[in-house]
Amino acid sequence: MEGIFWDFFLLRDANAAWVLLGMICICVASALIGCFTFLKKQSLAGDAIAHAILPGVCLAFMWFETKSPIVLLGGAVISGWLGMVGINQIQRYTRLKSDAALALILSVFYGLGILLLTVIQRSGNAAQSGLDKFLFGKAASMVKDDVLIFLGFSFLIIVVVLLSYKPLKLVIFDPDFAKAIGVNVKAWDFLVSFLTVIAIALGVQAVGVVLMSALLIAPATAARYWTRKLSVMLVLAALFAALAGIIGAYISYTIPRMPTGPWVVAILSFLAIFSVLIGMENGYIRRLSKNYSHGRKMLEENILKCMYHLGEPNENFFQPYSFTQLQERRYIETSRLEVGIRRLGRKGWVKRTADGVQLTAEGLEEGKRVVRIHRLWEVYLSTYMQLPADHVHDNAEAMEHVITPEIERELEHQLAYPTKDPHASPIPYRKD
Amino acid sequence: MDGFWIILTAILVSASCGILGCFLLLRKMTMVADAISHAVLPGIVIAYFVAQSRAELPMLVGAAVVGMLTTVLIELLHEKARLQSDAAIGIAFTGLFALGVILISAYAGQIDLDQDCVLYGEIAYVPLDTWTLSSGLDLGPLAVWRLAGLLLIILTVVLSGFRAFKLTSFDPIYAASIGLSTVFWHYLLMSMVSLTTVLTFESVGAILVVAFIIGPAATAFLLTKQLHHMMLIAVGLGILASVCGYMLAVWVDGSIAGAISVCIGIEFLLVFGYKVFLQRAKSLVIEEATP
Repeated sequence: MEGIFWDFFLLRDANAAWVLLGMICICVASALIGCFTFLKKQSLAGDAIAHAILPGVCLAFMWFETKSPIVLLGGAVISGWLGMVGINQIQRYTRLKSDAALALILSVFYGLGILLLTVIQRSGNAAQSGLDKFLFGKAASMVKDDVLIFLGFSFLIIVVVLLSYKPLKLVIFDPDFAKAIGVNVKAWDFLVSFLTVIAIALGVQAVGVVLMSALLIAPATAARYWTRKLSVMLVLAALFAALAGIIGAYISYTIPRMPTGPWVVAILSFLAIFSVLIGMENGYIRRLSKNYSHGRKMLEENILKCMYHLGEPNENFFQPYSFTQLQERRYIETSRLEVGIRRLGRKGWVKRTADGVQLTAEGLEEGKRVVRIHRLWEVYLSTYMQLPADHVHDNAEAMEHVITPEIERELEHQLAYPTKDPHASPIPYRKD
Repeated sequence: MDGFWIILTAILVSASCGILGCFLLLRKMTMVADAISHAVLPGIVIAYFVAQSRAELPMLVGAAVVGMLTTVLIELLHEKARLQSDAAIGIAFTGLFALGVILISAYAGQIDLDQDCVLYGEIAYVPLDTWTLSSGLDLGPLAVWRLAGLLLIILTVVLSGFRAFKLTSFDPIYAASIGLSTVFWHYLLMSMVSLTTVLTFESVGAILVVAFIIGPAATAFLLTKQLHHMMLIAVGLGILASVCGYMLAVWVDGSIAGAISVCIGIEFLLVFGYKVFLQRAKSLVIEEATP
């Protein structure tokens, strides 16, 4: 087992080395271009185009009667391109939505491809045996000549993406602005589409028609949940894709009956779903925990605010209150109130006495802060948004938990330290 | 006689798919149907492995379960994890399909199955597997009976829930406000799509199912604005494509499923061309009218 491991990773086996190199190239090139199709929300177009290349491959074979990779690739790119044009024209001239256009092109082109393929097979042309590698991919049987072509085109895609990073970024994120400053948006869109078709035509030979779209979608998805920056996203996507390519090639090297392509896709899907769940950038669990901690903060601030409100009429803020008194002022379920009080106690903002719960000096400052932000925001809304006084409370209820100290200072400054809110309640400032 | 059975099979599939396709098209979910048709592979493999044969029921259950699982997975990725829907669909079905292929490879010696059969079944073999009663009476191909049953189920469900399907497709918010469960009708529709894919995979395969679901519905969509007209036209177009496709396949000696897909494409292309011609003519008239 160990011998196999080193044979593979020290590239002692020439065939395995070519397969490995080819897989890495295709995966990385697809991942890079896939980031752009992902951000344009056109990931599934990749699936449709992957299916659409089939008739081109068959026709190229019938016409030139050769299996030369370049000829077949040419046919693939042309018919993939036609498929893309078809998708755009259907959406342009009819009310059909993009999903319908994609499904239509996908199934009809693929059906035509299957028809041509069966015609070739039944015509008894002995050389056809290699054609069905376009259907399911034959990554493990890649030889040097195939890989050199993959290498060349993948390199082309990588270089073009790196060189045109800036305009591509602009065109993807803000096409209207790009147009306004004189960037030829159509030309850049064309470039992305063209590179996508090439990447697909290459990738299909490695992983097959059905799984090709995963090479475009999955690395981009995985990367997106770890970063908001396009540059980092491209690097991460390329790394994820290379990793999956290496593991996939290794698995099918050690267990020969295992197919490379499906393993690469399975690993990529796993990485994508894993990132969607635990990714730091808006991943599912991350968002749940953010929601949870925000909910906790709101609970604590609402209790402090409630205690401040209770003490406000007679300026006695350090009076102890029972749960019932608190709940009369603002209803919070007893169990949640218990949790909130316990946490506030740990922070030293409230303390429990024999008579109930009372604010500490720090707790009072914190309660004051929440009330101050609430009332400042109400003033802001009525002054700048010209909202009537009875419309500002609900929005302030939400904003009081999210306004940062910086915004608070800015509000105080802009409003010139008002003393009363629109309901004529005093705004409590820090004593300094 | 074989030709008759093959065309009848295609017609039955086209009618089932045409009806479902109209709703899927209006719900912008045709790519989800495509995803389900591919994603059932692992379900079929696992069922095959468990039952150790191509027994009908386990396969049906296995694939239907995985089909529904795909729908749920897409929903979860999209709704809960806020992944954009195109990527959610793409990841769900490619991941499951890859899993299916891996399973097939893992049990390669023990399973007489391959991925081809899901992608393009062979409709030409339909007449071979006939249903013969113990008395020796030949009732025709089993597949025809199975697909007729499927069509009956779909017709019953769609006709009995027509109003609800229509409302939840066109105006989900209004439908919800009058108390219809959009989730229930969504999953009912998706379960019928899974069922259709499973029952047809051996005879026509995933591509023809997708072609039958989207093609006639999309063509009919261009021709009418009435849902029931659209469904009738879609079924009619499906039948026409089945007959023409069979003749084309016989003529060039190629895949029947492929040829029927091509005919569906030609139907769409003709109507599309006509529509584009009308639009061009209209804009010319407007241009001439404006000085």
